[in-house]
Amino acid sequence: MDDGRPIFLQIAEQLESQIIDGSMREETQVPSINDLAAFHRINPATALKGVTLLVDAGILYKRRGIGMFVAQGARDRLVAARTEAFQDTYVRPLVAQARALGISPEQLTAMIRKEAEQ
Amino acid sequence: MTAVIEARGLTKQFGKVDAVADVTFSVQEHSICGLLGRNGAGKSTLMRLITGQEFSSAGEVDVFGRSPVEDAAVLARTCFVRESQIYPDSFRGKHVLRAAAHLFPNWDADYAARLVDEFRVPLNRRMKKMSRGQRSAVGVIVGLAARAELTLLDEPYAGLDAVARDLFYDHLLADYSANPRTIILSTHLIDEAARLLDHVIVVDGGRVLIDADADSLRGTAVTLVGGHAAVERFVEGKDVLGWEAIGGIASVTLTGLSDAERADAVAAGLELAPVSLQQLIVSRTRNTTQEVRS
Repeated sequence: MDDGRPIFLQIAEQLESQIIDGSMREETQVPSINDLAAFHRINPATALKGVTLLVDAGILYKRRGIGMFVAQGARDRLVAARTEAFQDTYVRPLVAQARALGISPEQLTAMIRKEAEQ
Repeated sequence: MTAVIEARGLTKQFGKVDAVADVTFSVQEHSICGLLGRNGAGKSTLMRLITGQEFSSAGEVDVFGRSPVEDAAVLARTCFVRESQIYPDSFRGKHVLRAAAHLFPNWDADYAARLVDEFRVPLNRRMKKMSRGQRSAVGVIVGLAARAELTLLDEPYAGLDAVARDLFYDHLLADYSANPRTIILSTHLIDEAARLLDHVIVVDGGRVLIDADADSLRGTAVTLVGGHAAVERFVEGKDVLGWEAIGGIASVTLTGLSDAERADAVAAGLELAPVSLQQLIVSRTRNTTQEVRS
């Protein structure tokens, strides 16, 4: 985890990634707040904040007295949201860096295609 | 949320020196609060005021809603572990634990015994014959097993090795999760302890410099790196904490950048890097001492 960004956001993102890559399936139980806190060595309140973020977004839901579970349809919604953010997070800096190095859009496209074919 | 500690205009003078100068803050119930600052910043004096071991020169501090000075009811709910704790000459490790069992109503003897095993403390050794790390371990064990509603740990792990420090962090978190209470931790090892904290109070020169939620503090500062002219143009009129330059390249640390400003910086060809809590506090406390001197 990097220390320059709010930890609760990183906790939320990490859970999201696990849902996206299928290591946490829909309708399965998410680690408890205390387990998350102990594993990452973070304050339980911080872990709770990260999980609450996902509960508010409808990605996780609470079963009273049992714990948190991954909601139905969570993966599709996360993939959609991440795809939308992909342009800002990856494509824009990629193009900016390419421009700084004098790589033309055509060259860049060719490079991406080559990488994808590997 | 209820405040366990409330300080209003709290001041402590030693001769002409203001060790704590007109400090106002509160600490909420069930939190792990970091009390951070440089040597001589006033951390220990503040802890002594909170535990009634020192009279204030002005202002007041309430603990559980009352003044802690000479109040047995407040002090029974409080545990204060100091780095430089002095023990009677004849005291062995086991005597410290036996005394703690008498003093703290929530003392958990089984838990203390488990911790003694894990920290490998030689209980039959006299306290003054123990190594610095072993003495610190005894302090940590008392602080954890006391399960006091308010626990103050002043530099609790001087001399503890990396393994023992990790052990301490793990136990602190696990026991805090199982038995929520209010913990105030002063430390120099900010990067190591930062993730444990949910609140941060930074003192410098006896004053409170930062009093904030740990998560909102993280990510407030960024370091910008780029061409000297571009950096200079960008930071004009902004809150600059630190500035370094090598050749044509400059690196500045800034706080309070909005998302739009961050995007501007990227557009201007500057590189953004996150700043850790420790770096942020170092640049903050370095700055103010310079201001005081000039």
